[in-house]
Amino acid sequence: MSFRTKEELSKEAKVLLDKFLPIKDNLKPKDRITIPLQEMPSQDPVVRRGNLDEVALGYTEEQARVEAMRCLQCKNKPCVAGCPVAIDIPLFIQHIVDGDYQSAVNVIKKTNLLPSICGRVCPQEVQCQLPCTLGKVFKDVDKSVSIGRLERFVADWERNTGKVSIPEVKPGTGKKVAIVGSGPAGLVVAADVRREGHEVTIFEAFHKLGGVTRYGIPEFRLPNYVIDQEIDTLKKMGVKIEKNYVIGRTRQLLDLINKDGFSAIFVGTGAGLPMFMGIEGESLVGVFSANEYLTRANLMRAFERGVADTPIYKSKKVAVLGGGNVAMDSARMAVRLGAEKVYVVYRRTEVEMPARKEEVAHAKEEGIEFHFLQNAKRIFGDEKGKVNAMECLRYELGEPDDSGRRRPVVIPNSEFIMEVDTVIVAIGNNSNPLISQTTPELKVNKWGNIIVDENQKTSIDRIYAGGDIVLGAATVILAMGEGRKAAASINELLKNEK
Amino acid sequence: MAKVLFKKQLSKDVFLMRLEAPLIAEERKAGQFIILQTNEDVGERIPLTIADADKKDGSITIIFQVVGKTTFDLSLFNEGDNIPTLVGPLGKPTHIEKFGTVVGVGGGIGVAPLHPIAQALKEAGNHLILIIGARTKELLILEDEMKEIADELIVCTDDGSYGRKALVTEPLKEVCERNFKPDLAIAIGPPIMMKFCAETTRPYGVQTLVSLNTIMVDGTGMCGGCRVNVDGKAKFVCVDGPEFDGHKVDFDNMMARLNSYKDMETIAHKCRLEEEIKRKGGLK
Ligand SMILES: Cc1cc2nc3c(=O)[nH]c(=O)nc-3n(C[C@H](O)[C@H](O)[C@H](O)COP(=O)(O)OP(=O)(O)OC[C@H]3O[C@@H](n4cnc5c(N)ncnc54)[C@H](O)[C@@H]3O)c2cc1C
Ligand code: SF4
Ligand code: FES
Repeated sequence: MSFRTKEELSKEAKVLLDKFLPIKDNLKPKDRITIPLQEMPSQDPVVRRGNLDEVALGYTEEQARVEAMRCLQCKNKPCVAGCPVAIDIPLFIQHIVDGDYQSAVNVIKKTNLLPSICGRVCPQEVQCQLPCTLGKVFKDVDKSVSIGRLERFVADWERNTGKVSIPEVKPGTGKKVAIVGSGPAGLVVAADVRREGHEVTIFEAFHKLGGVTRYGIPEFRLPNYVIDQEIDTLKKMGVKIEKNYVIGRTRQLLDLINKDGFSAIFVGTGAGLPMFMGIEGESLVGVFSANEYLTRANLMRAFERGVADTPIYKSKKVAVLGGGNVAMDSARMAVRLGAEKVYVVYRRTEVEMPARKEEVAHAKEEGIEFHFLQNAKRIFGDEKGKVNAMECLRYELGEPDDSGRRRPVVIPNSEFIMEVDTVIVAIGNNSNPLISQTTPELKVNKWGNIIVDENQKTSIDRIYAGGDIVLGAATVILAMGEGRKAAASINELLKNEK
Repeated sequence: MAKVLFKKQLSKDVFLMRLEAPLIAEERKAGQFIILQTNEDVGERIPLTIADADKKDGSITIIFQVVGKTTFDLSLFNEGDNIPTLVGPLGKPTHIEKFGTVVGVGGGIGVAPLHPIAQALKEAGNHLILIIGARTKELLILEDEMKEIADELIVCTDDGSYGRKALVTEPLKEVCERNFKPDLAIAIGPPIMMKFCAETTRPYGVQTLVSLNTIMVDGTGMCGGCRVNVDGKAKFVCVDGPEFDGHKVDFDNMMARLNSYKDMETIAHKCRLEEEIKRKGGLK
């Protein structure tokens, strides 16, 4: 597909809109399926290789309304069942058809507090868009209604028109709740608990808020102003924020209750423990965890050479190990930092890749090369201890494993050398053990994830947990869903106390 | 944010600062460190050992040498100024118990982190032999403080301008050869010094702890940038350390990693640094 500008896409949409808008209330399914899927306008791939600006530009109003008219308004709403927080999808889409964006936002915000984040980063093709009837009609999930893009459209509309309202806060109860970690899970709990009139303090280890959405997911996919907006709302609601505050080090978890007078705690500390391959050469200069590489570039702003004090490695040829969103983000960041060649090396095939489809497509447009059915065996360095090559093995797909994906099997004697100066390991994260190590009473499973009951309560009374620290590295929407559940439990607990 | 309560220049490019940090002062134990930024937006996060702490007035003391942009910026903070980012205490505290005889070796600025550890070991009832050294007399710090807690203090300089003319490994070797060889050695200083201290004690089978100061970003175990090879396994200095068995640390790899950004950054960095030093009236 050749590149089309936002203006071109919008113009085409305008023609369609003029045709269908007058008959919007009488559209039959057979009309709707003739409406072409609206492509997401994006930055020109050639240009965006050199900047950090957002790649997906968002639908224009015309595009949004045309795309919304594709929705068949199914009575059984299969899409809602696919949404982890059960947004009433056809209803909000109908509001877009009608041009009533405020109502659309209201429908979404009933269950999703962070639509401008989720609209950008949710893996819709395996959630709401997977069971979408339209996709089934075309036997192609890529032809489903673009629910995520529509969600983003209305969330952006709300922000751009200055209509974001500050949720109402009930009169003060005098009870204090501590939130540990300011990722999506923590932010959502803060909002929900604050609304009930409790005093809320967020404790964050870093000097900036947002968790992975700040330090991991790059600006070109989720701009900082989107996160800033959410945090600003919380501040306006009266949520207190303590940055540079590591629970388990600066203060012990239980001290928050025993010494500082908090009535309840939510732990949302995420899955910040990078996994390495455990292969030879992994500590050479030029091997990074994706966390380090992305944190330097995003949070520490190393992308802005000459402005930021934090340096970032200068690379010509980069291999990224892994096939998830983290791998895509690392690879695309490397391109933007000036690497001439970037290879994504993944043990399985494209079908098994857990990354969002859109990111894979964008990565390809940006010239990233995919090496499927290959994996690193060891990394070689020069006399100064710097990476200069990587030995790889080839794989083939065998029987399905526990996850249902076909297991990659090594092809014997298939070793070959890949010339690279940088290796970024993006094979996943385990739970950060800092809190569990310093609070032995807190029960965790063998992967270090905090164990919770159906109300998100941990093994310690008054302490709740959710998000990646419970689920293992998961998604923003699941973290948010758990956060909402935990907040409800905390509100319930406090309501019943004097 | 942490207010600078007191500032003193210890030698040409070494500074001592007392910072207002009541929570850190309360929790902190010997061997732990903090991370700070001189600018929250574009500053680098650098680790510095907590040299001392006072629970009563809620302050911690740091001692640092100007070696790059951030430490230079830090040296420009004056009493009453606020350091925008200060987080800690990080890392595992030193394991303190009565070992018997302990020999502590501090090289250059490494004397600063050695001080609180030596103090705690002394309080635990150990017989303390301390060896402190520097390139030259000018750069020697905390001699009086160390003298106060040491049962025996050996001072040396590389150039012989003060104390014994020797590298710290020389007296360390002699101590190991005594009739009662030490039960534990702790060496803190430049990586090359720690490497050779570990080599010195190895043949005598004296357990030797080293405190590593690698490049860090978060300091909470999230990035792995601080990792070192210990006994062939990757360990994160910020959460598994900063202290490790010196006989098991791969120092060569660690030193290479410390220089990760040297080649590409020093030129740019140095020019900027020199420019800034000029602009701000130079190092006094
Ligand atoms: C590079 C990358 C790309 C991703 N892309 C996507 C995507 O496209 N779509 C998607 O849905 N998901 C994506 N994810 C996953 C998603 O970001 C996470 O699932 C989600 O952020 C988890 O939220 P959380 O609130 O549980 O934790 P986090 O976002 O991890 O936040 C935890 C916070 O707690 C803080 N913290 C940790 N320990 C302490 C402590 N002891 N004291 C105080 N604070 C502490 C941390 O500093 C952090 O700010 C991606 C993840 C990464 C790393
Ligand atoms: S399944 Fe698809 S077509 Fe049906 S209501 Fe949901 S979004 Fe619309
Ligand atoms: S500094 Fe990031 S893991 Fe240690």
